[in-house]
Amino acid sequence: MGNTQIEFRNVSFRYQEDMPWVLKDVSFTIYNNEWVAMIGHNGSGKSTIAKLMNGLLFPQEGEILVDGQPVTASTVWDIRRKVGMVFQNPDNQFVGTTVRDDVAFGMENHGMARDLMLERITESLEAVGMNGYERHEPHRLSGGQKQRVAIASVLAVSPQYIILDEATAMLDPKGRKEIMETIREVQSARDLSLITITHDLLEVTQADRVIVMNKGEIWMEGTPRELFAKKEQLIEIGLDTPFVSKLADELKDAGLPLTREPLNHQELLEELWTFHSTR
Amino acid sequence: MSNSMIIGQYIPGDSFVHRLDPRSKIAIIFFFVIIVFFANSVMSYGLLALFAIGSAATSRIPLSYIMKGLKPVWFLVIFTFLLHLIVTKQGEVLVSILGWEIYEEGLIQGAAISLRFFLLIMVTSLLTFTTTPIEITDAIEELLGPLKKVNFPVHELALMMSISLRFIPTLMQETEKISKAQASRGVDFRTGSFKDRVKAVIPLLVPLFVSAFKRAEELAMAMEARGYQGGEGRTKLRELHLGKTDVYLYILFILLVIGLFLTRS
Ligand SMILES: Nc1ncnc2c1ncn2[C@@H]1O[C@H](COP(=O)(O)OP(=O)(O)OP(=O)(O)O)[C@@H](O)[C@H]1O
Ligand SMILES: [Mg+2]
Repeated sequence: MGNTQIEFRNVSFRYQEDMPWVLKDVSFTIYNNEWVAMIGHNGSGKSTIAKLMNGLLFPQEGEILVDGQPVTASTVWDIRRKVGMVFQNPDNQFVGTTVRDDVAFGMENHGMARDLMLERITESLEAVGMNGYERHEPHRLSGGQKQRVAIASVLAVSPQYIILDEATAMLDPKGRKEIMETIREVQSARDLSLITITHDLLEVTQADRVIVMNKGEIWMEGTPRELFAKKEQLIEIGLDTPFVSKLADELKDAGLPLTREPLNHQELLEELWTFHSTR
Repeated sequence: MSNSMIIGQYIPGDSFVHRLDPRSKIAIIFFFVIIVFFANSVMSYGLLALFAIGSAATSRIPLSYIMKGLKPVWFLVIFTFLLHLIVTKQGEVLVSILGWEIYEEGLIQGAAISLRFFLLIMVTSLLTFTTTPIEITDAIEELLGPLKKVNFPVHELALMMSISLRFIPTLMQETEKISKAQASRGVDFRTGSFKDRVKAVIPLLVPLFVSAFKRAEELAMAMEARGYQGGEGRTKLRELHLGKTDVYLYILFILLVIGLFLTRS
């Protein structure tokens, strides 16, 4: 595994001296080539974690290491090359006057050659289904389309880590599924790590690991299956469980013995089949 | 439609003038503004007018647009014309109206100044008609390039311009949204005394400013996250190219200058 990971070591953070701590003693590691979903109620500190990861903020206590390198004012430019990020609001991260200029912005900052930029623009816009919009100005795009462009922009610079902070919130379910599939493909092709901050439970079930934030602390860290086994507690901290998970509960209450916590329709169906054939 | 007209009046096209490098256009206009003040004979004015009208014609911008561009300055043109007519007291008296004597020289000078105005405005508006604002920004960045040596923030200035271009339509959409929201709450922007209307605008401006500042803050953060650290070491996607058409333009312009000095009296 070596050093290709993001590590939070006892990180505490607050925005100002006289304000309450937003993150309290947070420690976790994001390993190479994995997909970690981060969930938590509004204001639980998810976006703050994302901003700490690429040096937009610095912690008052603790340490953050990217590939073994501590995030400090002197390493921050190296780190931002490795850690790409898409923010919640797609409008206020659109820098270029057209789609094409915006996708190029990050590459221009990194001093990429023009030919390579042109190639990457075509590739990444295709990946998010926005080819043909190259010359469009941002005010002629919908929220979801702007989010697609923002994702294309981060794919274009090809970072080692991609953080998506509710970056697909404005997409329709089909679009979201397609984009997540594209990102997964890119992830396995390029060996990168993916950190998605989301309120979408379906997305959570697909991740390798989940980190649940509650009031600035890590409430739980584990696989999606482990997470949805704790339904009651999840609801207590203001989160929901997926429909399949709820249905499985009802079935259990109705007397059907399910052997494991199903994460999607397919798994529930298999459970039901097994039950049916062994009866 | 009228909304999108406010920044830039660019009219897409593929004419000779559209295809010129924006740097050439700006440079030529700069020199045109200078040489206009050297014209002093009918012939020399004729040459300049020929150049301006010829450029307008090759740009294939409809005359009505160019006329609309002149609209805001009509008043200025007429005012200076009248001023010259009244103030200049040289040459023969042509007519006298209500005791005011109009001199020949006044008429000539008034006409000349008005013509200069027209030519300048026509040529400069031709620039904005045939060049996108972002091309103009790029050209300015390139043309001011040498000033970087004296630490003039050329790149920052160009970036500021392009970000303004990017956000003006967004902020206008937002203004519209807020004004509709306020109108639905009973704020009346259209009727009432001037004071009432000014008062009505305040609940429009406050949220607009708050949101603009929030946007600026988020944008700055997003730019940093995307690796922006100033103009140093940056490459550029948009490139400007000097082509054959630009060379033709320069030759034509040099001929114009020579012609102008030959026809001066
Ligand atoms: N710029 C800021 N200045 C001061 N306080 C802030 C700032 N940004 C966030 N906070 C506070 O920090 C806390 C955590 O905010 P954060 O944006 O990290 O939450 P989040 O988990 O991303 O929430 P959401 O799900 O709504 O996006 C909140 O209580 C918020 O009020
Ligand atoms: Mg957030």
